[in-house]
Amino acid sequence: MDLNFSPEEDRFRNEVRAFVVAELPHAIRDKVLGHKRLDREDYLTWVRILNTRGWVAPSWPRRFGGQEWDPARELIFEEECALAGAPPVLSFGPRMVAPVIMTFGNQAQQEYFLPRILNGEHWWCQGYSEPGAGSDLASLKTRAERRGDAYIVNGQKTWITLAQHANWIFCLVRTSTEGRPQMGISFLLIDMKTPGITVRPIFMLDGEHEINEVWFDEVEVPVANRIGEENKGWTYAKFLLGHERVSNAALGPSKRALRELKAIAAAAPTGSGLPLIEMPRFRDRIAEVEIDLIALEVMALRVIAMDRERHTPGPEASLLKLQGSQIQQTISELAMEALGPYAALHQPQALAPDWNGSVAGPPEGIGITARYLNCRKVSIYAGSNEIQRNIIARHMLGL
Amino acid sequence: MDFTFTEEQIQIRNSLRRFLAETYTLDRRRAIARSGTGCDPEVWRQLAELGILGLWIPEELGGIGGSAFDAMVVMEELGRALVIEPYLSSAVVGAGILVRAGNTAQQRLLRDITSGAVRIAFAHGEPHSRWELDAVATRAVRQGASWVLRGRKVMVTDGVGADFLVVSARTAAGHSLFLVPGASAGTTRTALMTHDGSSVAEIDFDGARLPADALIGAEGGGSPLIEAASDAAVAGLCAEAVGAMDALLALTLTYVKSRRQFGVPIGSFQALQHRMADMLLHAELARSMSYLATAKLAVSDEMERRRAMSAAKFLVGRSARFVGQEAVQLHGGMGVSDELATSHYFKRLRLIDASFGDRDHHLERFGTVMTAA
Repeated sequence: MDLNFSPEEDRFRNEVRAFVVAELPHAIRDKVLGHKRLDREDYLTWVRILNTRGWVAPSWPRRFGGQEWDPARELIFEEECALAGAPPVLSFGPRMVAPVIMTFGNQAQQEYFLPRILNGEHWWCQGYSEPGAGSDLASLKTRAERRGDAYIVNGQKTWITLAQHANWIFCLVRTSTEGRPQMGISFLLIDMKTPGITVRPIFMLDGEHEINEVWFDEVEVPVANRIGEENKGWTYAKFLLGHERVSNAALGPSKRALRELKAIAAAAPTGSGLPLIEMPRFRDRIAEVEIDLIALEVMALRVIAMDRERHTPGPEASLLKLQGSQIQQTISELAMEALGPYAALHQPQALAPDWNGSVAGPPEGIGITARYLNCRKVSIYAGSNEIQRNIIARHMLGL
Repeated sequence: MDFTFTEEQIQIRNSLRRFLAETYTLDRRRAIARSGTGCDPEVWRQLAELGILGLWIPEELGGIGGSAFDAMVVMEELGRALVIEPYLSSAVVGAGILVRAGNTAQQRLLRDITSGAVRIAFAHGEPHSRWELDAVATRAVRQGASWVLRGRKVMVTDGVGADFLVVSARTAAGHSLFLVPGASAGTTRTALMTHDGSSVAEIDFDGARLPADALIGAEGGGSPLIEAASDAAVAGLCAEAVGAMDALLALTLTYVKSRRQFGVPIGSFQALQHRMADMLLHAELARSMSYLATAKLAVSDEMERRRAMSAAKFLVGRSARFVGQEAVQLHGGMGVSDELATSHYFKRLRLIDASFGDRDHHLERFGTVMTAA
C-alpha cells in the first residue's frame, strides 16, 4: 500500500508543468482564469500546441498517434493543465468518438478521422439526446433510412455542447423499429456541412450560448460513415460511456476552483474587520469541501488502480461522477456566496475578452455567479446523478 | 501508487476474520457487554495467540513489528466484527507511546502487552478538555524523588480493567506523560458503560505518589507524544469504522433484498436504491480517507500530518453517522430493535465519531491548518 505517486510520475508532473507554463499563451490563460468567454480559435490554438508534443490524445495507442499513457498520467496531466489555466481539451473527439472508431471503425475510417482529431481539423460534437430521449436514451427517434449508398437522416438532437463550433457530429439514429428499442440504433458520423443540417442556439440560465439544437432535414449521410454494423449502435454507445472515466471526477477543475474560492474568501470583507475566510461559519464550509476533494482524489486513484488490475473499467466511475459533480457545485456555490450582496449582479459584458470597462463589486467576482448558474449542469449531463445512483445500485449493489 | 495488500496482510485479515466470525458472535458480544468489563479474557488471550496484540511493537522490544497498514487491516476486521475489546487503547495507543518514548523498564512491559498478560490504557481526556489535546489540568508535582499526581481523567477506555495507565499531566516544564499502575494508592477508578457496551472509566488522582522513573520520555515532552497517540487512534478508528460500515452495508443489502412489501423486495424501490447508493459512496469515501490517514501517520511534517488526520476523522465521522442512520432507517422497525446487529453497529459508529474528536472538532482543526497555510 502506497498512496504516493512514483518518482517517475513526479518527474512527469514537473515536465507537464514546465511545458504548460512555457507554451500556454498568456492571453488564453488569462481568459480561462478570468472566466472570460473562449472562442473557437482559443480551443484550437491550445490543441495545436499540444499536438506538437503528441499530447492531444496521449492515452491513445501509439499506432494511432498516442503515447499510451496510463490513467494516472492522464490524471496528472489534466490536473496540471487545469491548474495552469489551460482550456479543456474537449472529450468529444479524443475521448468519446475516437475510441469507438479505433475499436469498431474500419481502417479507412481510422485513417481518415483519427489524425484530424489530433490536428484539430475536425471539431466533434455529440448527437445523442433528443427532446424526448434524455435519461431514456434508447427511446431516441431521429431516423436514418437507407437509400442506396446513403442514409437519409431526419430528426432533432438537443443539448449539443459547442455544436456551433463543430464540423463533425457523431449521432445515434434509429435504423429499425423492430424488437427492443436498443436493437434498432446505429452509430453515424456526420459532416456538419451536409445540406439539411441546422444548428440553433439554446441559451442557458447564465445567458451564455454553450449548447444547441441540431436539426436534420433529409440529410444524406454516406453508408461509409456508419460505424460497425447497422443496428449495433447501442453497443458502441455503451462502450463509449465506459470510456468516460476518471476525468468525470473533475479533480483538476475543482482544485482550481477551490484555489479561487479561497482567494475570493480571503479578500472578501465582512464588516467585522476579518476577511470572510476567517469567519468560522464560512471557513467550515470551505474546509468541508476541501476534505471532500481530498477524499475524492484518493478514491479516483483507487479506481485507477482497480481498473488497471482487472483490465476493464468498472462501475466505480459512477461514484466519481456523482461525488465529483456535487463537489463542483458546492465550490461554485460557495464562491458565489463569498461575493455577498454582489453575487446578485449580472454583468455579462465583462465576460467579453476585450472588455476594458469597470465592473461593480470585487474584480475577482467576474463570472463567478455565472459559473454557479452554469454548474448546475454537471449533475445532469453525462448521465444525471440519479442515473449514476441507478448504475451504482444495479452494478455495485446488485439491486 | 499501490493499493494492494501484501500476502501477509491478506493472511492476517483472513485468519482474524475467520476467528471472529466463529467465536465473536452477537450473543457472545452481548454477554461481554453485560459483564461491564468490556473485555473477555478468553478473547483477549486468543487475540494474543493470533499475534495481533504486539503488531505495533518492534520485534526487538518483544512485539511482532508490523506496519501501520498491518494495523489498519486488523482494525477493519475488529470493526467488521463489532469487537469491543480495548485493542486500540492497549495495543495501538498505549503500546505506541511506550515504543516511542518509554524507558527501558517501561519498554519491558511491551512483551507482556504482546502476550496479553498486561493491558495499558490512555488516561488523557478531562472534564473540561472536550477533545482539545493540550487542555490538561491534571498536575504532577515533584516531591523529592517522587511525583505527586492530582487531577481527574474521564472517558478513559478500559480505565478500570487496564493494568497500567499512561496519564497526561502538567509539570513545571509543561505537558508530560507518566506510567501509573492502575491500582496505585491515591487512585480511584470508577467504571462506566457506554451505550454500545464498552467500558470506560473516570479516574481521580488524589495525591497518587509515583517514582521518578514513572515519567515517560522527557519532562515537558508530552505534547508530541499525545498528538502521536491521537494520530494513531484516529487512523485506527477510521479503519474500524470502515470495517463496521462494510458489515452494516452488507447487512442492509441482505435485508432490502429479502424483506418483501407490496409483493416485492423493498430493494426494488428506487427511493431505497438511491439511499443505498449514497451509503456506498460515503463508505468508499471513508475507506479512501482511512488509507490516507494510515499512510500519513509517519509523515514528519506536523502540518501535513495534522491536516490529513483531521480530514480523515471528519469525513469518516460523517460517513459513519450517515451510514449508521441510513442503515437503521432502511431496516425499518427491525433497525430500532436490539435484536439485530444493525442497531449495535449504529451505536458503535456513533461512538467512533465521538472518540478522539468529533466532526466539528476536526473540521475546526483542519480549518486552522488551512488558513495558516
